[in-house]
Amino acid sequence: MKAYFSELFTGAWSLIVGMKVTIKALFTPVVTVQYPRQKVEVTPNYRGHIDLIKDPESGTHKCITCGSCMRECPSDCIVVEGEKREGVKGKVLTLFTLDYTKCSHCGACVETCPTDALEYCNDYEVAGSTREEFHYDLIKRMEERV
Amino acid sequence: MNVDVFEDERQHHFVLNMGPQHPSTHGVLRILLEMDGEYVLDPQPVLGYVHRCHERMGEFKPAKAFMPNVARMDYLGALIYNQGYAMLLERAAGIEVPKRAEYIRVITSELNRIQSHLLWYGAYLLDLGAFTPIMYTFDDREHILDMLEDVCGSRLTYCYSRVGGVCKDIDDKFIERARAFIERLRSRFPMYEDLVNGNVIVQKRMQNVGEYTPELCARFGVTGPLLRATGVEYDLRKAEPYSVYSEFDFEIPTEKKGDAWAAFNVRFREMEQSLRIVEQALDKLPDGEVMAPKVPKKLKLPQGDYNCSVEAPRGELSYYLVSDGSDTPYRIKVRTPSYSNLSVVPELCKGMMIADVVTCMGALDLVIPEIDR
Amino acid sequence: MAVIGAAVLIFGNALVMGYMERKLAGHYQRRTGPMEVGFHGILQLVADGIKLMAKQLIIPAKADKPLFMLAPILSFAPVFLPLLVIPFSDRIQAFDLNVGLLFMLAIASVNVLAVLMGGWASNNKYSMFGSFRAVAQSIAYEIPMLLSLLAIVFMTNTFSLRGVMEAQNVWFIFLQPVAFLIYLVCMVAETNRAPFDLPEAESELTAGFHTEYSGMGFSLFMMAEYTHMLIASCIATVFFLGGSSGFPLPYFEYTGIIWFLLKAYAFMFFLVWIRWTFPRTRFDQLMNLCWKYLLPFSLVNLLITVVVVKL
Repeated sequence: MKAYFSELFTGAWSLIVGMKVTIKALFTPVVTVQYPRQKVEVTPNYRGHIDLIKDPESGTHKCITCGSCMRECPSDCIVVEGEKREGVKGKVLTLFTLDYTKCSHCGACVETCPTDALEYCNDYEVAGSTREEFHYDLIKRMEERV
Repeated sequence: MNVDVFEDERQHHFVLNMGPQHPSTHGVLRILLEMDGEYVLDPQPVLGYVHRCHERMGEFKPAKAFMPNVARMDYLGALIYNQGYAMLLERAAGIEVPKRAEYIRVITSELNRIQSHLLWYGAYLLDLGAFTPIMYTFDDREHILDMLEDVCGSRLTYCYSRVGGVCKDIDDKFIERARAFIERLRSRFPMYEDLVNGNVIVQKRMQNVGEYTPELCARFGVTGPLLRATGVEYDLRKAEPYSVYSEFDFEIPTEKKGDAWAAFNVRFREMEQSLRIVEQALDKLPDGEVMAPKVPKKLKLPQGDYNCSVEAPRGELSYYLVSDGSDTPYRIKVRTPSYSNLSVVPELCKGMMIADVVTCMGALDLVIPEIDR
Repeated sequence: MAVIGAAVLIFGNALVMGYMERKLAGHYQRRTGPMEVGFHGILQLVADGIKLMAKQLIIPAKADKPLFMLAPILSFAPVFLPLLVIPFSDRIQAFDLNVGLLFMLAIASVNVLAVLMGGWASNNKYSMFGSFRAVAQSIAYEIPMLLSLLAIVFMTNTFSLRGVMEAQNVWFIFLQPVAFLIYLVCMVAETNRAPFDLPEAESELTAGFHTEYSGMGFSLFMMAEYTHMLIASCIATVFFLGGSSGFPLPYFEYTGIIWFLLKAYAFMFFLVWIRWTFPRTRFDQLMNLCWKYLLPFSLVNLLITVVVVKL
């Protein structure tokens, strides 16, 4: 008999305590960021797809076409091709494409590059309507960079 | 399961399909419930809707390249999966990890565990019908995800551990944010206790639902918070300490009863213990390198089989790698905790009401991509 | 004239309540509610209404067509009637029935039939489950509701709503707190709101008895639900908070409606508040609550009231 009433009162009190929590939350400011009118600050360490760094001294990329990134990539999304030209030591980079639809953001390519020619581009607002839009030509992207 | 015309007394039972698309099965899990009125007679899970052939992918890639795959298997405990796999390769290749890297791995793994438990907490209550706690836990989770994004570069499927250490060092900003977060979460726990843990409706829903015994756990291989809810104090971080867990002082919360309410409490208290570990690790963080000095680019594992187990948020996670001496492993097998946890459902959920099936499965904390791999 | 007023009240209430519920739900969860349509989302419900009217009415293949189409209409049509009986202020009342209370409760019970029809005619196991639970729940909770209101009726000796309103020198919430609490719980259960919203249990049964309804059918069920909330709140206001009594305003016979609506909407706020705070009870616990707790208390309350009135 006593358990009947005590259960009833503790139950009812717990409900009231819970309601107090919610009513307090009603009067605290919202934590929403109204995207796309307001934007969240993205840390520069966010990994997006990779980009070739434009070396300020030489005005072009630092890639030596060794192909390490292509070998290390777990998802086989990088294609690097180069050719030997006369008068130039080593290979010259002719093709560097990234198939972003397969990239797993592991970072192996950036870390394994011997000349540090790659960096992450922390662009998170990529949206497209066809797959071909995500086959990036990194040489062209580098040339268009500021 | 025969779903055609039933003879004999099964004529008035019907089969309810909690299909692959359902708000409360936490992923693409299909459960066929043979029911008599409101009572479930025979639950049969049907798996395989998210099978992505991860283990097969491990057979034609070099061993180091499997790291992104492990994060996709359990996306809520990705750093712990990363840590386990990196430990496996380090054991196999005989590489030693610097102390600072071990501490960083422990800090980020425990933050990941807290994040996984916060999501479980909110989603479980969402299944029960409370729509607000999930918003509060996601708010707390945002802080962890922002911290880890700054260090690891991703928010959910991290690829942070490497063979021999971690790929990026943490800076003072991370340490500051981590300490601020510990304070913040500690001050939020009383609010959660008021709103949820003490609530009579929640208690009535979860108490005495799905009671299981340590014997059932032993038969099906159930580990993790579910095992600790029956009173067995088995946590891999204390039983077979790996990494630097032996240097920290933390408890293992256990409960006696073995029902959904016990599992709920165990996981809630585990969050506090993880906070303690993070605090101690931040205090004791040594200086040094974060990557072992000589890690070969082509990791050729000697012939043989290797094994490594860690404590994931859902139980014991084991990797088993068989190498035949060549570039790519012969076989990688991942023993995920949710697979064993799910296998108790046919026995446990017999005779329950359908609302209790939802409660019971929520307490099991399943992540379906981990089951199907 | 009265019917037009009732229609205005119903649609106005649906608009206001729909918006209020979503905004409040947002702020309880520390997020904004609707913000896009109109200033801070005021026109959201207008956009929703247009969307629902424009949707294709899908009828499942093996559904019972006449019953399927009849269920939402049966749910929505009777809600006009109780609004004609409620005394919104001293002069605004369409009909002052002698048995006003019984009339209102009887009409509120028709909703049970509509829910049953909707669930059965959908040819869907989930809907059927939802409607079974709804029927059991509604029938069970009508009893304590009636008994707690009967205690008030014994005090005022009349079933008519205006009679009850005018007999309150002191608001009955102070004289009959137990009846008030019992009525509050029954109000939540009768209108199928959380924590008793098993018929619509979203995460177990994917929307229960109105799973198969799209477009207009769904919106009729929703409007019927909001209007039932309003009717239950109005009964609570009349019986426990003294109807439109309050500080005198000019032309009080007509402007008393402002106090009345304020009090009714305070009850609606309370309903929204507890919806977004508590999880759902299990079905047998719900029935337990009714038979083991509410019914004995309401009977004892009635007995004590009768004894006190007689003395």
